[in-house]
Amino acid sequence: MAGEKSTALGQGAPGLLRGLALPAWLCGLAFAAALLAVFQYALRAHVPGELEPGGFTLQNFVAQAHPLYIGVFWDTLLLCAGTAILSLLAGYPLAWAILRTRSRLARSMILAIVITPLFLGEIVRTYGWIVVLGNSGFLNAALAWLGLGRAEMLFTTGGVLAALVHVTLPIVVIMLAAGLAHIEPELERAAQSLGATPARGFFTVTLPLSLPGILAAGTTAFAWTFSAFATPQLVGGGKVNMISNLVYQLGFASFNFPFAAALAVSGLALTAVSLAALSLVTRRVEQRL
Amino acid sequence: MSWWLRLLVLLLLAFIAMPALVACIVAFDARSILNFPPQAWSMRWFERAMTYPDFRDGAWNSLLVMISASVIATLLGAGAALALEKLEFRGKRTLEALVMAPLVVPHFVVGLGFLTLFAQSGLPRGLPLLVLCHVVLVLPFVVRSVWISLKSLDGRLEDAALSLGAPPSRVLRQVTLPLLLPGLAGGWLFAAILSFTEFSASLFVSTQRTQTLPVAMYNYVREYADPSIAALSAIWIVTTMLLILAADRWLGLSRVLGTEVPGGR
Repeated sequence: MAGEKSTALGQGAPGLLRGLALPAWLCGLAFAAALLAVFQYALRAHVPGELEPGGFTLQNFVAQAHPLYIGVFWDTLLLCAGTAILSLLAGYPLAWAILRTRSRLARSMILAIVITPLFLGEIVRTYGWIVVLGNSGFLNAALAWLGLGRAEMLFTTGGVLAALVHVTLPIVVIMLAAGLAHIEPELERAAQSLGATPARGFFTVTLPLSLPGILAAGTTAFAWTFSAFATPQLVGGGKVNMISNLVYQLGFASFNFPFAAALAVSGLALTAVSLAALSLVTRRVEQRL
Repeated sequence: MSWWLRLLVLLLLAFIAMPALVACIVAFDARSILNFPPQAWSMRWFERAMTYPDFRDGAWNSLLVMISASVIATLLGAGAALALEKLEFRGKRTLEALVMAPLVVPHFVVGLGFLTLFAQSGLPRGLPLLVLCHVVLVLPFVVRSVWISLKSLDGRLEDAALSLGAPPSRVLRQVTLPLLLPGLAGGWLFAAILSFTEFSASLFVSTQRTQTLPVAMYNYVREYADPSIAALSAIWIVTTMLLILAADRWLGLSRVLGTEVPGGR
């Protein structure tokens, strides 16, 4: 049901509509001012013991060329990439099941379980992972019960990765399912009727057709993971750090807000470059199809 | 579906549900330290979660911020969406970019930005700062929701009212707004949920006095190891699931999320 577009209302009362948009302009400008404040702080000197920053300097960016910070940037990139890949691997079968399960009840159940975490917020979800991964938590109790001993899981990269995948999985499944919904199951059946095995039908027909959806979902997962804060903060416990955690520590433990701002700016630049590279790949792939 | 695919899907669903389920079980543990499995059962952590002052104040702050931010964002977002859809004006692209940009900027950067902005301008870090921050963060979702409704709205209805002599302000009130109601309601609901669960930006811009419930929970987890947070999480999870069930019943989740199978219903 495509609506008939009408601009008559706008032509009849441009002043009215312009007035209605005014508060949104103010809100947008406040956001722009907040971002500018970060950029401005990034270029100011830190005066120990003072909250008010000093004169303009590039020192905050020069100081980032330290193995400690480069290591955290690298870890952040690896965690983003790892989370994106693992969420795609885990999300694809789920998206597939949502679309291809015949029972309507089963489909609704799968969808409900997948999207509920999306509405729980970072803190509740992350706390659940502390209880699951803790030294006397659920998984270690299960391991002990199976006679397999205990494993260190909380405050490890693997633990953080599992919790990060858990955060991005719902949105990845939704995006993959939206992409898969446009692919006719008949195409795969046609391939099978022509003698292809189900696996071959999947890998030569459905998977290539869903590639744009896969890349879009992967890009989103990458960007989402970069903005994760509570998950690495609590599950990483200071031993696994992402840029966001460093920014918080520098601000609220050292009160070095200029350096925190500079790290945030570098992080933004790094994600922007990564996302640009990903979108280049996406465009190449779409041209091939 | 083959059996191994079914098994894989079941395992993945278990992975998704596990943290919430485990937290709900631990909430009833009688001991004051996290230790799975519980040996004795008790409701004491629910009592503590409901009476702990920081949680009560936090819940109150969260409610205030959620209601203010979601209502303000809905009004602002509707105004912006109407202008963007119905009007050609200079700076249209700029307005769209400014309003949608918070989608791609991490919350911790937005929080840091508002914190430094307010510190430099000498403005107080009160609840209005939290509300402003939340409005900025949820605005894109409202604008998108209302914009989508506007695009599928039959413009001929407005034209008819205009040609019959109704002034534009009256057409807006009596024709456009009632037709937009589902989009407005969806946008408002989404804004309210996002505001209530927002954590990272709130941590940066709140103070001990203005901390929201997620911030209070975070501070508690860092200091204590007892299952109070598990009890609070259990209440939170059950409430959320009831809300989702209700939303699915009235709005149809698959339709909202765009995962509806053609002819599947």
